[in-house]
Amino acid sequence: MQAQTRAGLAALITGVVLIQLFTAFTGTEYFLTQLTMSAYYALLVIGLCALMGYAGQISIGHAGFFAIGGYLSALLTTYNLQPLAEHPAVSLPARLGLLFTWENLYGETLLTFAPWAAAIIAMVAAALVALLVGVPVLKLRGHYLAMATLGFGTIIYRVVLALPILGEADGISEVPGFVMLPAGIVGDAALMISGDSSQRIFNYYIAWIVLLLGLILLLNLMNRSRSGRALRALHGSEEAAEACGVDTSRVKLQVFVLSAVYAALAGVLLTHFNGGIGPAEATVMKSVRYVALVAVGGMTSLWGALFMGVGLSFLSLRGVFGSYDDAVFGLILLAVMLFAPGGLAQINSRIPWRRLLPLKRTQDGDHA
Amino acid sequence: MLTVRNLESGYGRLRVLKNISLHVRPGEIVAIIGANGAGKTTLVHVVAGLLASWRGELLFAGADITRTPAEAMAGLGCVLVPEGRQVFASMSVEENLLLGGTALRKSGGSSAIKEEMERQYARFPVLQERRSQLAGTLSGGEQQMLAMARALMARPRLVMMDEPSTGLAPLIVREIFSIIAQLRAEGSTVLLIEQNARAALEIADRGYVLETGKIIVQGKATELLANNDVQRAYLGREQIG
Repeated sequence: MQAQTRAGLAALITGVVLIQLFTAFTGTEYFLTQLTMSAYYALLVIGLCALMGYAGQISIGHAGFFAIGGYLSALLTTYNLQPLAEHPAVSLPARLGLLFTWENLYGETLLTFAPWAAAIIAMVAAALVALLVGVPVLKLRGHYLAMATLGFGTIIYRVVLALPILGEADGISEVPGFVMLPAGIVGDAALMISGDSSQRIFNYYIAWIVLLLGLILLLNLMNRSRSGRALRALHGSEEAAEACGVDTSRVKLQVFVLSAVYAALAGVLLTHFNGGIGPAEATVMKSVRYVALVAVGGMTSLWGALFMGVGLSFLSLRGVFGSYDDAVFGLILLAVMLFAPGGLAQINSRIPWRRLLPLKRTQDGDHA
Repeated sequence: MLTVRNLESGYGRLRVLKNISLHVRPGEIVAIIGANGAGKTTLVHVVAGLLASWRGELLFAGADITRTPAEAMAGLGCVLVPEGRQVFASMSVEENLLLGGTALRKSGGSSAIKEEMERQYARFPVLQERRSQLAGTLSGGEQQMLAMARALMARPRLVMMDEPSTGLAPLIVREIFSIIAQLRAEGSTVLLIEQNARAALEIADRGYVLETGKIIVQGKATELLANNDVQRAYLGREQIG
């Protein structure tokens, strides 16, 4: 199992590098843009997979957590605090080094929160909201979380659409890059998460590193930690887990909060990459899409969720599904539920590969 | 050890348990027998905190547990070996035992866990042989042993067993019951729920007969075994004479 996981990670890293080299040789580097975005969406999807597959709870509000991350970091890094510089609410974070000064496209000088500070605030906010939604709801057995998050997602969508400070239907644009390495360390320019085409390769790798770290953290949590063990037990039999003394509602809450933080981080980073965020990211259809991606990847397979999250998001971002985009994901969800509730991995195991190929018997898939 | 007073409970609007009162003294094996649907499982689920009581009182070791949530019961020393075993199938034998030790870890730390696990392996040597095997791949009898060992990991004062004989071969049933008798010899208290009335009463000290949510007969196990009504209804023996 452990060796298998390591081999899987090695294969994935090799694949990521090969794809980049391939695009470099064939002059198709524009693919990297969508692959970068897909990696961030997949980060959200694997977090949701931990919630759905292991805690057995569905969230139809993860686009809301994504939006909390994206909008908060966009707002905090673009809202000019210069006129309020003397106010203690501004001078205190300034003294703590949370603010930075930069110049936007129009040559204006802005004093805003630094991207890293905004990112932390956004993730903490998402965690707090998840606690607020999850604490009362996860005490109940059953699928009440789905209802509650559906309501929560709808509220977030209406709020971002209605608030002038969040740009209403236009969203927030002119979001600065998230500097990872200052100028002069590698090359002359600073390396940052931004849509600048000169930063494309760097952004591709950053996105995949974040995704891989997210995956490794989840794999370790599920397979090695006490909470992960409790979670897998709860997945097996909630009653028996409780009778053992496992506080099932607390474990569920922990996963829910963690998955919300993953979604918020995806929102933060993608917003810096895209240079902005709009209300389309907060719609309920986006949340349903994430649920479909987890389902098609196989509920309890973080790997399946990762590959489907990246693959289908990539096709969608390339415009392959055209104006049927949302319909395709609805159809996928429907088809998976009807024909392969265990996801694509299940279809694979139904086909008698072993009879077709006289290979050595190995253990089925890596059910992390 | 356990006192149940005027208990009522059920599902939705369906009342399953009607005015149940019973008690279990320390060191006893108390059997609750009755047909399918009599309310036996409902009763232990209420005691275990998995189902809310509507009325009545539950006392465990002197403390009121009427409103105690299920996950706190193991810590108090009251554990359930659930019906149908419900081992964590996709986890190893050892992981199952570690989960059983969730409450013990809080009170005794990981050294207590290790010590207790060795005890269970000594009690059930077959589990030690299969410690890294997935629980779902064990035989029915082995799964029952695992479910018992998992419950015993909490160092309970009261073990509640719900239908431990279900689906097992007669020889295995005898083995399971001799282990239950052995638990009493070690000083544990057992509340045994069984459809297999004869086997249960043969090892029990006292018994209660549950019928459609009410206790209709109670007494010493030997008396119940000899009781004509009980014999006719639950022991499958025609009345003699």
